[in-house]
Amino acid sequence: MSSGPVSGDAPLLDSPQLASFVARGFLRFDEIVPQPLCAEALAEIAGGTRPSSFQAKRGEPAARWPGRPLDEIWPDSVGLAAIVRSPAIAGIIRSLVGPGALYDHHYAHTIQPGQRWSQPWHADAIVDPRTAFDIQLCFFFEDTPRAMGGTMILPGSHLRRVNESDIARYQNFVGQQATVCKAGTLLVCHHGLWHCGQPNLSAAPRTMLKLRLNPSVPQRRLWDARDLDDPGVAAVVAGILASPEPWHGNEARLEVVNRIKLWRHLSGDARFDVDYWLTRLENQKN
Amino acid sequence: MRQQILILCLATPDLGSPVLAWSFYDGTGRATGMAGDSETPPFPSVLAAMKEGWRVIQFPLLMPRPAGHEHETSHLRFEYVLERMVQA
Repeated sequence: MSSGPVSGDAPLLDSPQLASFVARGFLRFDEIVPQPLCAEALAEIAGGTRPSSFQAKRGEPAARWPGRPLDEIWPDSVGLAAIVRSPAIAGIIRSLVGPGALYDHHYAHTIQPGQRWSQPWHADAIVDPRTAFDIQLCFFFEDTPRAMGGTMILPGSHLRRVNESDIARYQNFVGQQATVCKAGTLLVCHHGLWHCGQPNLSAAPRTMLKLRLNPSVPQRRLWDARDLDDPGVAAVVAGILASPEPWHGNEARLEVVNRIKLWRHLSGDARFDVDYWLTRLENQKN
Repeated sequence: MRQQILILCLATPDLGSPVLAWSFYDGTGRATGMAGDSETPPFPSVLAAMKEGWRVIQFPLLMPRPAGHEHETSHLRFEYVLERMVQA
């Protein structure tokens, strides 16, 4: 996926990319992390040299990290810190959660070789009624063929309100996607996206490192939204937001309505609509 | 005899409408499914499964959406539970 104009030295996302995130709940960037940084990150994971707030014990410094600026938590410039500061990834983060993104937690999910069990479908954390969203950066630092998993996601599930493993009874969906990718690939996910770790039938461990970030500012036009002045781009955005996922069925139009609501929130355009769907409900004269 | 359970989530309440999601739980212990283990539904619809001998044992209730929350989405609404009994 390409990058757009820059803010500082960080290239920001464009409106069609934001629309795709709003519609599908994720963006994928293949091989965006250079190989040397992948190696550094894997060494950090193997050595346990970058503590996480996740499961940190009370009294440990990391237990006080959630909610503090990422730049304060990772002030160095090696491994994971270098990755999130690289212009391409810094621009993605800034486009979605703003400057000064807040650290929530990170964790290296390692699936051992020969693991035949699949993690059940779930959404992370408790049911979340916010319009604002967190992002979860899922890094694949090694080549991940289907035999190794990787993480399976359900595009377009992020706006559904469920609590953690409420969805564990489901096993398969039309349109589910396993993350099969080359080393250095990044998925940037809305916090509500349904997902599950897949079996690792290979002879090597498979790791996905997840970093959750919170917005530091209102999520209003944080990307390079200048292209919305172009009617052609605006039409592309509307088309993306109107495209259903194959598993939406009878609720496809409700999904579009919820995307419209999120796009209005992000763009600041309270009258934005797709094919008159919400305006029809709002133009009633009392 | 042991029970096998097949869960089919449909596009609409019509039992002939397409399957959007599916799960299989096997009381014999031989073939229980798990997340992400197949890309194609075992049947195109509940009706097609019935024609192969599966018995529908639970229908989804058709509940109106709560006032003020008409646009919210959550679980898949049209979930049918089917069973068949097989030799252990």
